[in-house]
Amino acid sequence: MNTTILTELKAEAKDLNFLYGQVHALKDINLPIERRKVTALIGPSGCGKTTFLRCFNRMHDLYPHNRYKGEIILYPDNVNIISPEIDPIEVRMQISMVFQKPNPFPKTIYENVAYGLRVRGTKKKQVIDERVEKSLRGAALWDEVKDRLHNLAFDLSGGQQQRLCIARALATDPRILLFDEPTSALDPIATSKIEELIIELKNEVTIIIVTHNMQQAARISDYTAFMYIGEIVEYDRTEKIFTAPSSKLTEDYITGRFG
Amino acid sequence: MPVRSAELEHLKETILKMAMTVEAAIKDSVRSLVERDSDLARRVVEEDRKINTLDVQVDEECIRLLALKQPMGKDLRFITTAMKITTDLERIADNAVNIAERALELNEEPLLKPYIDIPRMSRIAQGMVRDTIDAFINEDKQLSKDVIMRDDEIDELNETVLKELMFIMTQDPTTVSRAVKISYISKYLERIADHATNIAETVIYMVDGKIIRHMLPEQI
Repeated sequence: MNTTILTELKAEAKDLNFLYGQVHALKDINLPIERRKVTALIGPSGCGKTTFLRCFNRMHDLYPHNRYKGEIILYPDNVNIISPEIDPIEVRMQISMVFQKPNPFPKTIYENVAYGLRVRGTKKKQVIDERVEKSLRGAALWDEVKDRLHNLAFDLSGGQQQRLCIARALATDPRILLFDEPTSALDPIATSKIEELIIELKNEVTIIIVTHNMQQAARISDYTAFMYIGEIVEYDRTEKIFTAPSSKLTEDYITGRFG
Repeated sequence: MPVRSAELEHLKETILKMAMTVEAAIKDSVRSLVERDSDLARRVVEEDRKINTLDVQVDEECIRLLALKQPMGKDLRFITTAMKITTDLERIADNAVNIAERALELNEEPLLKPYIDIPRMSRIAQGMVRDTIDAFINEDKQLSKDVIMRDDEIDELNETVLKELMFIMTQDPTTVSRAVKISYISKYLERIADHATNIAETVIYMVDGKIIRHMLPEQI
């Protein structure tokens, strides 16, 4: 594995293993996550990329018989976020996830974004108003919804709903944003808006994205990790992975001669 | 979406066809000079149209694959290499046309001297073009390196030819017009070898993903 120039790490997986009961889904994963960069995880279905992404905000804790081994260190705190002593709720406040299909709450646009703040105990209306506006602006949605903040979120189009979910994720000021195929349910125009947004967001936050669309990974990520059967086969600068990867397996995958 | 291997094969075949036509053009252009065969020289000029058509065909096919298949990795390197190769092949053919045009002019005048080094340069240049295309088809890095090394032979022969022609010109000013034309031909062959070298360098990029243009031979 060629990690080339390391700038500043936001997180790092160290000998990470994950088991669904008896199924060994992730095997000795070592991966740096660069601060304020976009890291893409690519690989065929079932390779473990979503499983890996979900480790970052402890989604697996929701189900019994799941086991983590190894570490995911969050910097600069040097905290192992998968350690049982760490509260998963606190992890999810700092590391938010945007899913494949937009999943707004059955509430107003405003309340969707305010939700995380209220859970956190923020009560002042002015503070919440400001955060809601900032988050909606951050998700490039403010201009489209500022006059109808109290309409139901379901009134929005698919692409707008997805940006609302991004605004909701941004509201708690996360340190890492996780995207699990965030545009697979969107049309090309909504997709390109989300892609532009992701590129802008990296000025503020570190991003990890799982995508099946290799062109998308090539367009928006700085680093790419290719995974296969629960392992990282190759990790490098995105440009390198998509023009001249080191591994034959990566080459076969990105040229579509595979599986 | 993957590029189908049939599409890549088709591209390879078109380039191979173009390379064979180009190689024949070099051979015939020099033959038209050595054998003073002006009909052959005119055919070389005519044949250039075919090469131009193939050049456009390859470009169109590459652009189509880039737009529709958005190839990556090795396929991307193959297609961008194909585009560069045809540009060089087309330029080589233009040089062959230049040789044929000078041959047409020279064939109208008395023979200055028997051609010895020019056919030699032509054989080396043809071999370089042939091998560099073989290297492309077979992804053969070593053969590409061999071609790059051969460029020096042509450069040296070109120097020798120029010196000899300059000597002839200083001895007898009535030879100047013919000697200058022959020196052009020598230069055209030297340019052909340079284009073959470019192709060889591009092939190394295709195989390795490493750009070696502008490097010294010992760095390659």
